[in-house]
Amino acid sequence: MYTTELNKNVKPIEVAEDPELVAAFEARVAADEFIEPKDWMPDAYRKTLVRQISQHAHSEIVGMLPEGNWITRAPSLRRKAILLAKVQDEAGHGLYLYCAAETLGTSREEMIEALHSGKAKYSTIFNYPTLTWADIGAIGWLVDGAAIMNQVPLQRTSYGPYARAMVRVCKEESFHQRQGYEIMIALANGTAEQKRMAQDALNRWWWPSLMMFGPPDDNSPNTERSMRWRIKRETNDELRQKFVDITVPQADFLGLSVPDPEVQWNEAKGGYDFGEIDWEEFYAVVRGEGPVARERMKARIEAWEDGAWVRDAAAAHEFKRRQRAAA
Amino acid sequence: MSGHDWPLWEVFVRAKGGLNHRHVGSVHAPDAELALRHARDTYTRRLEGVSLWVVPSSSIVASDPADAGPLFEPAEDKIYRHPTFYDIPDVVKHI
Amino acid sequence: MPTLPASEVDVEEKVELAFVDYCQRLGDDALILGQRISEWCGHAPVLEVDLSLANLALDLIGQGTNFLGLAGDANKLAFHRDVLDWKNCLLVEQPNGDFAQTIARQMLFSTWQHMLYQRLANSSDARIAGVAAKGVKEVAYHRELAADWVIRLGDGTEESARRMAQGLDWCWRFIPELFEVDEVLAGLIERGIATDPREFEAEYRAEIDRVLTEAKLDAPAEQRPILGGRRGHHSEHLGHLLAVMQFLPRTYPDATW
Repeated sequence: MYTTELNKNVKPIEVAEDPELVAAFEARVAADEFIEPKDWMPDAYRKTLVRQISQHAHSEIVGMLPEGNWITRAPSLRRKAILLAKVQDEAGHGLYLYCAAETLGTSREEMIEALHSGKAKYSTIFNYPTLTWADIGAIGWLVDGAAIMNQVPLQRTSYGPYARAMVRVCKEESFHQRQGYEIMIALANGTAEQKRMAQDALNRWWWPSLMMFGPPDDNSPNTERSMRWRIKRETNDELRQKFVDITVPQADFLGLSVPDPEVQWNEAKGGYDFGEIDWEEFYAVVRGEGPVARERMKARIEAWEDGAWVRDAAAAHEFKRRQRAAA
Repeated sequence: MSGHDWPLWEVFVRAKGGLNHRHVGSVHAPDAELALRHARDTYTRRLEGVSLWVVPSSSIVASDPADAGPLFEPAEDKIYRHPTFYDIPDVVKHI
Repeated sequence: MPTLPASEVDVEEKVELAFVDYCQRLGDDALILGQRISEWCGHAPVLEVDLSLANLALDLIGQGTNFLGLAGDANKLAFHRDVLDWKNCLLVEQPNGDFAQTIARQMLFSTWQHMLYQRLANSSDARIAGVAAKGVKEVAYHRELAADWVIRLGDGTEESARRMAQGLDWCWRFIPELFEVDEVLAGLIERGIATDPREFEAEYRAEIDRVLTEAKLDAPAEQRPILGGRRGHHSEHLGHLLAVMQFLPRTYPDATW
């Protein structure tokens, strides 16, 4: 997901660089040292990081929309406050991550432009619609559950500002998955209509959640190098397996069934077997053909464009204030 | 102008009385006053602090990592700056 | 237990009814505005502003919950009342409009709310005093933040000044309602439970003037006051807000969430 290269046609970045500097850099990373903004780093490392961190930031920001869709309709005052606080956290996380990426010399504005032009990618999961309140439960439980799995190892990623941002993100996110599962518990123990909502949400979010971990390892470009650089810490398939192993029993506890007849405990591997993911669907969503991809981009572009006069006004005010102060 | 993003500020938070302000991250803001508000709204939502500093990122002067040797390594052999360097018999107390 | 004479029972009951009514007014003001601001979530002009607005909304939803909790079951009151039983002022239910209109509404309301809560923190009713004392610091921040933005938009670009003036103009006719004293309020003021808003009307007007002057904006021309919110007579906007907010508990009355 966040560490997955979503641009399928991206060519590995290769620039001729001083082999001594490269060797020293590789040695530092191998020794688990942190790389800081002003340190020398290979151009490919810098560019891969900007792409990865901004993709992560975009995912947080676009990810506000499916859940934001239910803030005004949350069914109790408590749920409303929790959901608003959670979506606000996502804005914060996007903010931390953009700032981390900015230390690499790319401005937030450039990253936002890349998102709006379709050049930059974000997690495929946010291109699915939230149809019922149960989707808010399912997103917290499954999507945040998958995200945590990806993010926890990134707290030890080699780039200092990214690692520090992830420490903050992980600390704040600890309640997100729990609130989602709590919603699911209430629904699963609720009326027949609520149970139906809950099962339907699981049916719709299960496969997209598994896709969040990205393509299978044998089809995942740059994984080896990213692992060596500690900007990716576990492979897509490892994380996906971990997620399935943790989540299936949680579905059982809710009395809900995972929409995959092939899910079965495999004693020999000590994990669950599960069915084949529809990678055609995944790549279509990556290409921007997800069910509500256009709505998501439209909302982000409108917010940015409608806000232009506000950003200009504040900047103009400061300019005038300085002029007055200087006069 | 055409809706450009605001300048970047570095945010420092004092977690509680008696501690130093510590760098926690950055925010974008058009001016110092809003930078403080943005820092408050972003970095102190969970009782993380009792005081805030914001500094324009462009005002931070940083040492060059390439100079790390001359800057920091000369301190390595100045072990006489540390109390453990000195040999005092155990029988002598309060020193 | 000694029984009170019939007339005193009536008085006690009347005060209790007025207390409930007043807590609903305070709670409805905060909750409706919180609901409105939360509509911005994910759509603000810049990420930092998204965070600021969400903080405002969270504070207001909390205040709304607390005051409605004094009036009864907060959730039942929030999700199972129709328009005629809502007692918020008309200002808070006004649509967000553009960012300038949102800020105009916020500045006009938060300034009033702050002056009110400061006084209510000394209410003779400990319950009201407690909730107001907790809210007063939150609201002080809202007021400052909103004023900061009025000043930046008013004295920003030509476009922002025009939008800010329009936002203020939209909200202006709802100010007099904030200082309205009806029978319910009068009875509570007499007992020191409620604050008479007329006490701080001059202070309020002066403060708004101060902010507008700093923002290089003219106050809109006086407009005929629109009243009715405290009696359940609202704008058309409130019904739509409630339809959205109450949809789930209304559709599934037997469900718990």
